[in-house]
Amino acid sequence: MAKHHISTTINGEPVEFLCNTEQTMLDVLRDELHLTGTKEGCATGDCGACSITVDGRLVCSCLMLGVEAEGHAIQTIEGMADGDQLHPLQQKFLEYAALQCGICTPGFLVASRALLERNPNPTEEEARYWLAGNLCRCTGYDKIIRAVLDTAADMRGAS
Amino acid sequence: MAPDGTPDLKVVGTRPIRPDGVDKVTGRAQFGADFQLPGQLVGKVLRSPHAHARIRSIDTSKAEAIPGVKAVMTAADMPEITSEEAFVGEGPADFKDMSGNTMARDKALYDGHAVAAVAATSAAAADAALAAIEVDYEVLPHVIDVEDAMVEGAPVLHDDMFTSGVDPKPATPSNVAKRMVFELGDVDAAFEKADIVIERKYKTAPVHQGYIEPHACVAQYAADGQVQIYCSSQGQFMVRAYVAKLLGIDISEIRVTPLEIGGGFGGKTLVYLEPLAVVLSRKSGRPVKMAMTREEVFRGSGPTSGGTVWVKIGAKRDGTIVAGDAVLKFQAGAYAGSPVGPGCMTAFAVYDLQDVRITGYDVVTNRPKVAAYRAPGAPISNFGVESAVDELARELDMDPVELRLKNAAKKGTKAAYGPTFGDIGCVETLEAVKNHPNYNVPLGPNQGRGVAAGFWFNIGGESSATVNINEDGTAVVATGNPDIGGSRASMAMMAAEVLGIDVERVRPIVADTSSVGYCFLTGGSRVTFATGMAVVEASKSAVNELKARAAKTWDIPVDAVEWEDGRAVPAGSNAGDFEPLSLEDLAAKSGRTGGPIAATSSLNAQGAGPGFGTHLVDVEVDRETGHVKVLRYLATQDAGRAIHPSYVEGQIQGGAVQGIGWALNEEYIYDDKGRLENPGFLDYRIPVASDLPMIDTVVVEVPNPRHPYGARGVGEVPIVPPMAAMANAIQDAIGIRMTELPMSPPKVRKAVDEQAAAEE
Amino acid sequence: MARIVLTHSACRQYTGGTAELESDATSIRGLVRDLEARFPGLGRQVEESMAVAIDGVMHQDDLTAPIPEGAEVYLLPRIGGG
Ligand code: FES
Ligand code: FES
Repeated sequence: MAKHHISTTINGEPVEFLCNTEQTMLDVLRDELHLTGTKEGCATGDCGACSITVDGRLVCSCLMLGVEAEGHAIQTIEGMADGDQLHPLQQKFLEYAALQCGICTPGFLVASRALLERNPNPTEEEARYWLAGNLCRCTGYDKIIRAVLDTAADMRGAS
Repeated sequence: MAPDGTPDLKVVGTRPIRPDGVDKVTGRAQFGADFQLPGQLVGKVLRSPHAHARIRSIDTSKAEAIPGVKAVMTAADMPEITSEEAFVGEGPADFKDMSGNTMARDKALYDGHAVAAVAATSAAAADAALAAIEVDYEVLPHVIDVEDAMVEGAPVLHDDMFTSGVDPKPATPSNVAKRMVFELGDVDAAFEKADIVIERKYKTAPVHQGYIEPHACVAQYAADGQVQIYCSSQGQFMVRAYVAKLLGIDISEIRVTPLEIGGGFGGKTLVYLEPLAVVLSRKSGRPVKMAMTREEVFRGSGPTSGGTVWVKIGAKRDGTIVAGDAVLKFQAGAYAGSPVGPGCMTAFAVYDLQDVRITGYDVVTNRPKVAAYRAPGAPISNFGVESAVDELARELDMDPVELRLKNAAKKGTKAAYGPTFGDIGCVETLEAVKNHPNYNVPLGPNQGRGVAAGFWFNIGGESSATVNINEDGTAVVATGNPDIGGSRASMAMMAAEVLGIDVERVRPIVADTSSVGYCFLTGGSRVTFATGMAVVEASKSAVNELKARAAKTWDIPVDAVEWEDGRAVPAGSNAGDFEPLSLEDLAAKSGRTGGPIAATSSLNAQGAGPGFGTHLVDVEVDRETGHVKVLRYLATQDAGRAIHPSYVEGQIQGGAVQGIGWALNEEYIYDDKGRLENPGFLDYRIPVASDLPMIDTVVVEVPNPRHPYGARGVGEVPIVPPMAAMANAIQDAIGIRMTELPMSPPKVRKAVDEQAAAEE
Repeated sequence: MARIVLTHSACRQYTGGTAELESDATSIRGLVRDLEARFPGLGRQVEESMAVAIDGVMHQDDLTAPIPEGAEVYLLPRIGGG
């Protein structure tokens, strides 16, 4: 069967790719576009390691088909830093040691950014529920939640 | 000097940003599944749908005929291995069993057991090939539960398994691989002296390590027999050794390049895919990439044992514990080798107890072969013992922390597993709990507080490190241990401490098996201790060389040179009056003073410091739903010396939360055919952020005299106490003793209903 | 002379149940040789799968460790970890 030709925007750049109907966006990112910062932990929508945003909306890329990217604006972890300038969340994750192995980190960062864009002043409980779809087996979440709340406070102070 | 006699430290104990941090927050770090080689094929595994079945035949011809399929393999493509013991991660492993576990030979022993594998040019072709392989199975009766497996007449997994450790040697095969007894003093006489005896049986469920990154690798077999493997694991040297052994290849032919590892917790101290990928690459002549799906991780890779723990403890009225007796039955999965040995030895290790007997059984069942999981074995026996000690405290009407303090092991105590303890921090962790505000927070209705203490030996072992001083005065530190939770940071810090330079000027790398000396795997909480020791030794050698170069420059004897804050200085006025030479100065001139400055150290570190921790948890139980909410959690632990305190806290928090999952939710659910019903994160529910409060930590520091900076391993202990602490808190909240894990809502609800019925 | 304590049935099976012995060995290697000579199989067992705690300090697999005069030596199964 012929592949689909898809035109989309990834991290602000126009991108075209070919994919099969059944190929997930996660597989397209990783296997076709070599954007391997987006991780696969389950491929069933249960772990959040594959988090991306589509037109600003947080989605599990393993639950989205590549063909659905047509005409939309995708953001992945690779687009989070501005050149060598880390996003405040990335910087705080480092300062708080909010990662151990780091496999969950791209997903948490993308999901946390989506949270702060919607709610610049989340309570701890709001942050915990927003991030409940992202699994981390290493940290027990403590330092992740602290990093997110502290980033929110800093960003509020800065704006 | 600090008051405790340890040297003042400039880098150790601070919290620099980890050297690999930026790679990991920007998505640049390459994990197991992120690597690829040009022309690589997709490898996939066919797994048994049966819990126990004889493999009569496997016909791969249809699969091989599918376009794009380049290789199909079965166990027939691997050398047959006779039994041979060798020490690996969690105890003596049998390479015959390991071979059988990577690919079933005559029998499939669990749902998910690999029976064949394929390599193809696309995932679709590989899937089609798997579907086209015809396996003729003769389905056999199976057994899942550990005690069911021990009864006479149970389906026997291995007809050559005769229980060892019993006299006389059994005449018929069974599922009990081994019986072992640990004994100190005279237990029966000691029970005579007890005023109070608590006796009860507890049960735990097997749980998976639950690393978020599934196993993955790329292997390339070249025509000259050279093998390259790129994979994430807890030890590139472990992968090299096992692949060599399982496939009969010389070690010198294999080079393993470690990729970043997305969690392991003991579960990646084995090989599953690597030998298969090498065989497929040999057969196809192309590189082969293999990655497990999450379902395969659950069905095909090792959880830790579940088991039953019968405990009997005796105490005097004043709370002195005088005797302990326990029987542990651990299921090992399909092949022998559960961590029942360490389960036995750790069972009573928190206590000063001279009369102890622990009997252990290692039992095979039709489940995936267990793999190590943080402090292997200890959490299971600890759940029983620390629950029983809580019952004892209630019986005595004593504060549970006071009871533990009264009986806690200290320096000079003969451990309940034998040897005399040196410097340990058991009492300190209990005191830290008592002094923490959480200990006195008032509790509401249906809320309860539980405490439990735990122990792990920690290990040392073989490690190597290389320190290269670069010509601009920076340094590269190479070691051979995958960085699973920030160890690059601690290696760089220890090197920077010795060299006397900024930690930012030290670049730590995790080298491949051909580029650094042998390192035993990352596990057992050994890296900071043992590999750290190698880094310190290598750095010291580099400093000695730097001093020698300064001595040459100044034309004075080398022992007239001292190293201070990263500079060579003359030792006192007698040595002469010279301007200090910085590491940078010396490095810049190294070519003209004798050549590059590099140092290595290879050692076998002994005397790892035992670790103790005490956990305190407050819960609220919803009597309607059986849901247990964690309100507050405190974990205290002796880290010896925290090299990077943030990562020490992180280890403790992560371990505690894994323990909470073990306590409340995690279990394998099998149908009546022995098929795993919950091989995914939706139904095998690990804790998520909204399940938890912050995890408070107190790190106490009782330095380990055997480490240059006093470090002890910290990664294992925190998973030991949580299950009992949670059960004890639930008891405190609703007056019900939960004896079986997980204490999931249906089970708690049922217990509440039974309590209500009993009260009527 | 060091006191050697066998807590584990895997060792006691070679000594007919005896849990305590004495040995003149001055290193773990010497102990392995001594035990093998006196209780065939036990030395091998120790060398291959036991850890040796000398005055409380665990030696997992180091044959060279010295055994001081009067030491208390425990033979224990080797420990791994996660
Ligand atoms: S990989 Fe998409 S949610 Fe787990
Ligand atoms: S840091 Fe390892 S899973 Fe989150």
